[in-house]
Amino acid sequence: MPRFVCRCMDVTEEEVIELIRDGVRDIQLLKRLTRVGTGPCQGKACLEILVKILARETGLTPDEVGLITLRQPVDPVRIGTLAGEVHEEEC
Amino acid sequence: MKRSAEVVIVGGGISGLTIAYHLAKMGHTDVVVVERRYLGYGATGRCGGGIRQQWSTEENIVLARESVRMWERLEEELGYPIYYRQGGYLVTATTEEEVRDIKRNIKLQNSLGVPSRWMEADEIKEEWPWINTDFVIGGSFCPTDGKVMPPRVVWAYARKLREMGVRIYDFTEVRGVKVEEGKIRGVITDKGEIETGILVNAAGAWSREIARMVGVELPNTPYRHEIAVTEPLKYFLEPMVINFRYGIYFTQTWPRTEIVGGIGNPEEKPGYNMRASPGFLNMYTKVLIRFMPCLRHVKIERQWAGLYDVTPDARPILGDVDGYDRFIQAHGYSGHGLMISPMVGKLIAELIVDGKTSLPIDSLNLRRFEEGKVIREANVVG
Repeated sequence: MPRFVCRCMDVTEEEVIELIRDGVRDIQLLKRLTRVGTGPCQGKACLEILVKILARETGLTPDEVGLITLRQPVDPVRIGTLAGEVHEEEC
Repeated sequence: MKRSAEVVIVGGGISGLTIAYHLAKMGHTDVVVVERRYLGYGATGRCGGGIRQQWSTEENIVLARESVRMWERLEEELGYPIYYRQGGYLVTATTEEEVRDIKRNIKLQNSLGVPSRWMEADEIKEEWPWINTDFVIGGSFCPTDGKVMPPRVVWAYARKLREMGVRIYDFTEVRGVKVEEGKIRGVITDKGEIETGILVNAAGAWSREIARMVGVELPNTPYRHEIAVTEPLKYFLEPMVINFRYGIYFTQTWPRTEIVGGIGNPEEKPGYNMRASPGFLNMYTKVLIRFMPCLRHVKIERQWAGLYDVTPDARPILGDVDGYDRFIQAHGYSGHGLMISPMVGKLIAELIVDGKTSLPIDSLNLRRFEEGKVIREANVVG
């Protein structure tokens, strides 16, 4: 069974480790290559795991690894709502 | 860090990496790429990933056409998945004026071998029933345009360069350039000095700062451009849909299947601000649902921003600088650097090695602004 780091974007531990061993030592580049942490949970469930793996594989401290940039919106928002439409709940 | 190199390239975005790659391919591997942050930091790693040949100026059309021939083989050549797809670009018209401009551009593009063609609204409706053809009255479609996953392209080049013996120093900042009587002598970084006779300025939005270290003033201006993705959806929107009047572009990413898109903000002030703004989402989504109303039910998941390196005519600055010995410019892409990068990389490498290029790039030299030979590229979005 693959171990998932990011359940939103289906990124496995194996995939992350493979990229780190291929030379991706920066968390931002790792994020861009795998989209880890950029799904519906916006990193809330996976970021800590990702930092731990990067620290373990590179020998950096979690502080040195750093975080990915946290982005708006914190929770996904409907396009119609963002466009200012008054939304009547469709059932 | 290496103490000397035949060529030093400043900037680890797509521009610098492709130039390094083509130099190495021509047998010149004593090349160093210096990047202040991580690879693809300023623009490439943040961009929409579109690859378009439907331009309004001959130089851009030819550069894009030749680049598409190279994009088609790039994944195989670099040996790494970059998720390149040729699903086309639909350039939409919402007014008669746009119809006229687009039809004129189709003629120019066709005369240069780019297979764009006019589509009436009913034809668009049949092909992509989600597009609002009460609003879109027609458009041009080029089936060989497409898209790619930009960070993958960055990493594909970086891996290949390592294999070929080119050194990439990321998180390394250029602090100064040694110049003697117009001759490049070396580059001073925060990790040490590198002696070189050839300096390539591929620093994107920061090219102006690098040029100042040499004593050259560039007309480039950095502008923030914002972008957003939705939640992933079943894959259905193959082409990139764009409109020049509204400055909007959107498509579905592959393989992640989010709707990615952005819109230009005419009020944007020049500068290095890269923060994402809530106002952008309102501006973008309002226009987006006019083009594709069904998207109102989809959720925006993430927004960010990157920098366009904009020149006065929205065309790149390529080539040597008059009065300097081997200070080579490769910047000013004004939002379309990635798409033309394969051919630009090849031409700049030819210029460095042979002193001449297989396609003329003189009209894109920095001197055009002094000579007043400026033709504006009109087809810019985002």
